[in-house]
Amino acid sequence: MKADPRGVLTGIHFMDGDHACCEGALAAGARFAAGYPITPSTEVVERFASRVPTVGGTFIQMEDELAASITLQGAVWGGAKAFTVTSGPGFSLMMEHIGYAVMTETPCVFVDVQRGGPSTGLPTLPAQSDMFQARWGSHGDYEIIALCPNSPQECFDLTIKAFNLAEEFRVPVMFMMDEVVGHMTEKVVIPPADQIDVTPRRHTHKSFEDYLPYGTNGDQVPEMAHAGEGYKFHVTGLTHDERGYPNMTPQVQDKLVRRLQSKIRDAADRIALFEEEQIEGADVVVISYGITSRVAQRAIEAARDQGLCVGKLRLITAWPFPEQKIRELAANVKAFVVPELNLGQMVREVERAAAGQAKTFAVSHAGGGVHNPNDILKVIVEASR
Amino acid sequence: MAKGRVSVVVERCKACGFCVEFCPSHVLALSSAFNSKGYHPPHVVHPEKCSGCDLCGMYCPDFAIFATKVKTAGGDK
Amino acid sequence: MSDSLLSDILNNDGVNPVEQFLRSDRIPHIWCPGCGIGTTVNSFARALIESKIDLQSLALVSGIGCTGRVAGYVQLDSFHTTHGRAIPFATGLKLANPKLNVVVYSGDGDLSAIGGNHLIHAARRNIDLKVICVNNLIYAMTGGQTAPTTPDDSITSTNPYGVFEPSFNLPQLVEAAGAVYVARWTTFHVRQLARSIGEAFQKKGFSFIEVISPCPTLYQRRNKLGDGLDAMKYYKEKSKVRHGAPTSEVGLTMTGEIVVGKFVDRDRPDYQTLMRGQFAESLGERFVEQTEMVCS
Repeated sequence: MKADPRGVLTGIHFMDGDHACCEGALAAGARFAAGYPITPSTEVVERFASRVPTVGGTFIQMEDELAASITLQGAVWGGAKAFTVTSGPGFSLMMEHIGYAVMTETPCVFVDVQRGGPSTGLPTLPAQSDMFQARWGSHGDYEIIALCPNSPQECFDLTIKAFNLAEEFRVPVMFMMDEVVGHMTEKVVIPPADQIDVTPRRHTHKSFEDYLPYGTNGDQVPEMAHAGEGYKFHVTGLTHDERGYPNMTPQVQDKLVRRLQSKIRDAADRIALFEEEQIEGADVVVISYGITSRVAQRAIEAARDQGLCVGKLRLITAWPFPEQKIRELAANVKAFVVPELNLGQMVREVERAAAGQAKTFAVSHAGGGVHNPNDILKVIVEASR
Repeated sequence: MAKGRVSVVVERCKACGFCVEFCPSHVLALSSAFNSKGYHPPHVVHPEKCSGCDLCGMYCPDFAIFATKVKTAGGDK
Repeated sequence: MSDSLLSDILNNDGVNPVEQFLRSDRIPHIWCPGCGIGTTVNSFARALIESKIDLQSLALVSGIGCTGRVAGYVQLDSFHTTHGRAIPFATGLKLANPKLNVVVYSGDGDLSAIGGNHLIHAARRNIDLKVICVNNLIYAMTGGQTAPTTPDDSITSTNPYGVFEPSFNLPQLVEAAGAVYVARWTTFHVRQLARSIGEAFQKKGFSFIEVISPCPTLYQRRNKLGDGLDAMKYYKEKSKVRHGAPTSEVGLTMTGEIVVGKFVDRDRPDYQTLMRGQFAESLGERFVEQTEMVCS
């Protein structure tokens, strides 16, 4: 279906990533946000607080991230598309509830505008060191989807994508921005509402008697109902069966948890989004995401000027990790170079997927600024030897 | 003539004793019978005194007993 | 004369009036013999019947703990959430669909320890929630650890030599935070509890009903206070109904007087009324009221 025009600020704008993310949420149909202020993410919800009373929706600033991360889920079960926004320390606090969203299959979006860590770290400066936390931060076995925008325009476009993926797979989607992308101001084009596709809630059409809250009809994603419609369903974070009732046995656990994983993994190829450039015949492929991909571009071009065959692979979905793509590439390239604003996170996935077929070189950075392109260039040159 | 009638869902009972204690008319006592879990469920020892107030039902934490008011066929004349 | 000689027409076809509110396929429940949680559910059911509330628009949210399991046993839209976070979840539910009547049904540990922050903020904001706090003075589900409500000198698994921390007086806490309806009963006071719950349904704003309830397996046993029935007899003997008592005077001890009654019943605009008012005043015609958010 198409976007609701009331939430779409059609036009050509000059705005930063945080603001564009908020507009993306509104365009996607989000009408509820619960938040807690944390630099450098706060502007997203500040804008939402300002916009939503004129669009028709609710923002509530909760008393902490523990509350914000579950209040938005209550709103989802009340019928809304909802999200929250945070950075490292808040993201850590939200982990239990990310797990709850996974377990209860609550579609929603968690925006993490990454900053230097660990702990209080560098509140106003960038990093990309929450990438593994996005995937593994909560306890238990689970899968999520994570997207990485690299511009304010992508903050708009990909936020819509995030909501759509959340609804399609009934999963919390991590929107992994970074402080630079969040605070850089660029041109953002917002199209008319009828050019924006939004995925509707997977609402059941079954009768009260036939509806099973966690039953699937062959595909792996159950249909949803909202409170107040007469279904009188039960939702719990305990291991549960198709009725939603707690059923704490190894058999039910196996069935449930494997389905929660496979509903994402089996669709990994469909979910995977990346940008490729000059991969054919490349000796070295630079794999990057977020703001680092823009810095890496400079290094890649400089390397090509030196006559090196360098391809670019920009991860737009970081999770599920495009293993298959990397495995195929690894058979044909000499090396991967993975610059990240962290001390080596996604590079581990690249290395794992490459399985020794190609060498993997990390270009690490403890955070606080962006790479010097020359540091990336140096490694590309080394990798090409 | 009893104004009320007690029903016991024997298998749910855990013999906590609330109903026996708090029945205002002392209609109930724990029986010597066992349910399959080994608990002694209550039984009605003074059915004629039951008023159908359903305090037993309200107290029972296991939803194992309740009382209803009773009408005779043809009503009271 | 035995019952079979009477030809009787039972008012409700011989079914327990609480049964319609239960997920009967999940009974018997997990609560211990003599635990009072099931008793509170009877009072809740009575209140639902008496108030003739629309069950379709009633949602029940609970946290983690023995009382938290109530959500799984009631035949309503019910949400068993995370430890301490029933109130913020319920807030989101209510804000997204203001037509819902949202009940939070949880225990003293869940609501006042890990959930304490959310308790006081929801009361401060006067979110329209009906909170039923079953207070068994202990963390029961996890084996009987000290709760913020455990009375002085009690033996618990984490205070094996006796609790020495002062305990919360929950009615005082929530009154100070801003609740508009505060009452306390025990599981002995089944009818009064049902009445209070019914009153809370009529109230707009943050209502809090504390119900003192026995935990025979842990609290009673470890403190040599007998079983559930002994607790109920204690409640009957030592409770004193004092409607309107100052909440500062209703603190609990292990074997002392239990002040029960309706302590606070006042009117303050609820969160959504305030929100709407503020936006209408500041934005005038530009304000677009959110009614239902049901997204298709």
